[in-house]
Amino acid sequence: MRSQLRPAILLLLVMTIICGVIYPLSITGIASVLFPHRAGGSLIVDDGRVIGSELIGQNFTRPRYFHPRPSAAGGGYDAAASSGSNLGPTSKALIDRVDSLATALHQQNPNQAVPVELATASGSGLDPHISPAAAAFQIPRVAAARGVAEQEIRKRVARATEPRDFGILGEARINVLLLNRMLDAELGTR
Amino acid sequence: MTANGVLQILLFFGVIVLLVKPLGALMAAIFERQPTVLDRLLGPVERLIYRVIGVDPNAEQHWSVYTIGMLLFNLAGLVLLFGLQQLQGVLPLNPQGFDGVSSHLAFNTAVSFVTNTNWQSYGGESTMSYLVQMAGLAVQNFLSAATGIALAVALIRGFVRQSGKTIGNFWVDVTRSTLYLLLPLSVVLALVLVAEGVPQNFDPYTTATTVEGVTQTIAQGPVASQEAIKMLGTNGGGFFNANSAHPFENPTPLTNFLQMISIFAIGAGLTYTFGRMAGNQRQGWALFAAMSLLFLVGAGIVYNAESEGNPAFQKIGLATAATDQQAGGNMEGKEVRFGITGSALFATVTTAASCGAVNSMHSSFTPIGGLVPLVNMELGEIVIGGVGAGLYGMLLFAILCVFIAGLMVGRTPEYLGKKIEAQEMKMAVLAIVLVLPLSILGFTALASVYPDGVQGPLHTGPHGFTEMLYAYTSATANNGSAFAGLSANTPFYNITLGLAMLMGRFLFIIPAMAIAGSLVQKRRAAASSGTFPTTGPLWVMLLVAVILIVGGLTFFPALALGPIVEHLKMATGSLL
Repeated sequence: MRSQLRPAILLLLVMTIICGVIYPLSITGIASVLFPHRAGGSLIVDDGRVIGSELIGQNFTRPRYFHPRPSAAGGGYDAAASSGSNLGPTSKALIDRVDSLATALHQQNPNQAVPVELATASGSGLDPHISPAAAAFQIPRVAAARGVAEQEIRKRVARATEPRDFGILGEARINVLLLNRMLDAELGTR
Repeated sequence: MTANGVLQILLFFGVIVLLVKPLGALMAAIFERQPTVLDRLLGPVERLIYRVIGVDPNAEQHWSVYTIGMLLFNLAGLVLLFGLQQLQGVLPLNPQGFDGVSSHLAFNTAVSFVTNTNWQSYGGESTMSYLVQMAGLAVQNFLSAATGIALAVALIRGFVRQSGKTIGNFWVDVTRSTLYLLLPLSVVLALVLVAEGVPQNFDPYTTATTVEGVTQTIAQGPVASQEAIKMLGTNGGGFFNANSAHPFENPTPLTNFLQMISIFAIGAGLTYTFGRMAGNQRQGWALFAAMSLLFLVGAGIVYNAESEGNPAFQKIGLATAATDQQAGGNMEGKEVRFGITGSALFATVTTAASCGAVNSMHSSFTPIGGLVPLVNMELGEIVIGGVGAGLYGMLLFAILCVFIAGLMVGRTPEYLGKKIEAQEMKMAVLAIVLVLPLSILGFTALASVYPDGVQGPLHTGPHGFTEMLYAYTSATANNGSAFAGLSANTPFYNITLGLAMLMGRFLFIIPAMAIAGSLVQKRRAAASSGTFPTTGPLWVMLLVAVILIVGGLTFFPALALGPIVEHLKMATGSLL
């Protein structure tokens, strides 16, 4: 037993140095040279001010912007406290929330059924995307709030739509933050 | 269900099938100490390690010495990881200034990562410093995986060697699987993940002012390096609370696909390693076929259940149909970029393989969608399973299966020509039929009546019961995924779940190693006309049947109280 204790402790220390120090520091070094923007968290910076990250959803409430999905991260889109709601399918709290959101959304656009994802919280609470259906649902409101034709908004949504990776993997999606920034840049912030 | 969804699932499975042979052959070379492509680079490092730790790499070990070495190595890891968490407040690389974690959480987390479970009673970005994540948790991600692989290889040696006494050298097996397998694959995967958007830095959390003028604090860290081994080692412990649902851990459908491949790759490849070392490739493919059958059925059921979605959503009038414009279905707890297919497939893969990473919240799945992950774990994590652990678990089921077949034809059961006798049967039954149910059902029963346990679940009724059942199933099976509504960061849950993880890991491993030690002494008898063949469709079906009957009969009553009742309640529209 004693004979095995020495290699147990020494191998743990050696492996802590290799796997716990050398490996992560090497990856950090290589990544900072090859992919500095990605390694730093894909931050969006305007005039030295950090607006957010391309990959992390943030909340939008004004009618002129496309809105993201409901979020259970902290008080909503808290990127230091990621979380889903964890509510089960027969939970009254879940069904009540979905019901009240669906009612409110229906008033914004009575002509279309509410896409399911706009009333359901994402897994991370930081989902940066909505589906093309969820964007189409919001186009009338955004166009009216900005005082432009729906066609102007629709063509920018189409430009912002990412297809499935390699045409197969995942789902088509629209990054809400990037789309809203595109609208502000091209149609003005007022 | 859509054509694209079916295509994504088949594409995933196809890539795994293609990886089995090359990875399996590589691992056979690593553990039979044959030359590999990385020898020139890593050979000197390997020899230096043996010199530093004072081990003669050519000295083989009796199964008891091998097991004691493994236990001491894991104990040392547990102590170090416990200490690092307690002291993180005074250690460097802690830009957020987190205090040392409570002792019951530190115990739970240390056990969790050492046993390859990676159950997390905490949220990573609000609890653990970069140092603990990188030099504590991620190191055990490597070493618990290497331990599992080493044990699987040792058990294979027990089957294939004749009239021997030793089953290899634990220190050599752990060192070689870390250096030649886990590290190189992790380096490649980590860099691909960064290229796709996973952060890798030591910056303090970023303070952003959003477009609408709200302050948003964005957690950062050395995520990619930890993410890679989290998948390859079937560990599953997330850098962030939301795990692989978090866009920083899993930013694109491509990373999602690569993460799922990484979860299965080594475990699937080990079946080929088994065939190669046994000198009969068909033996390995038979085990892979049984695993594949169980996996594909499970994936189909979850995908269908989540596509059908929640009838309550349809009643409210939401658009839930899958079109080319939206994924539809049950999107609560799921991310848009993965949709229903990418989430359902991930949930099946991660629970089949004892990984426990999640890219969607299992608690919010439909009852049937949540039942399959539970069953995957309760079958003993042998559908591919954890790296190494899946194979040695499957080999114990194979022993059980030849024994039952032997009873039916009235001959002494044999597997790979080795006679399966009382000693092997006792140990196999102890591991599969006793430890798993005792820990899962015993602890769930305790939590259901003990006041500190009853307070845990977020829900009442069947869903609340499932939260507890899922927790002890996940801990015992060393999976680590959760029905995360459960408030598990309490002394009661941290300690009982810690004990369940220890039982599920070591009370399974020790009998498995005893079997290796017993088998290695026996001679391999030549196959005769009376030998029950352990290749071919008949064997695969029999093995699957034994697995389902043992698992099904044991856990069906508990499943009936949880997800099955909830499914009926959902169908009739009653809420809790």
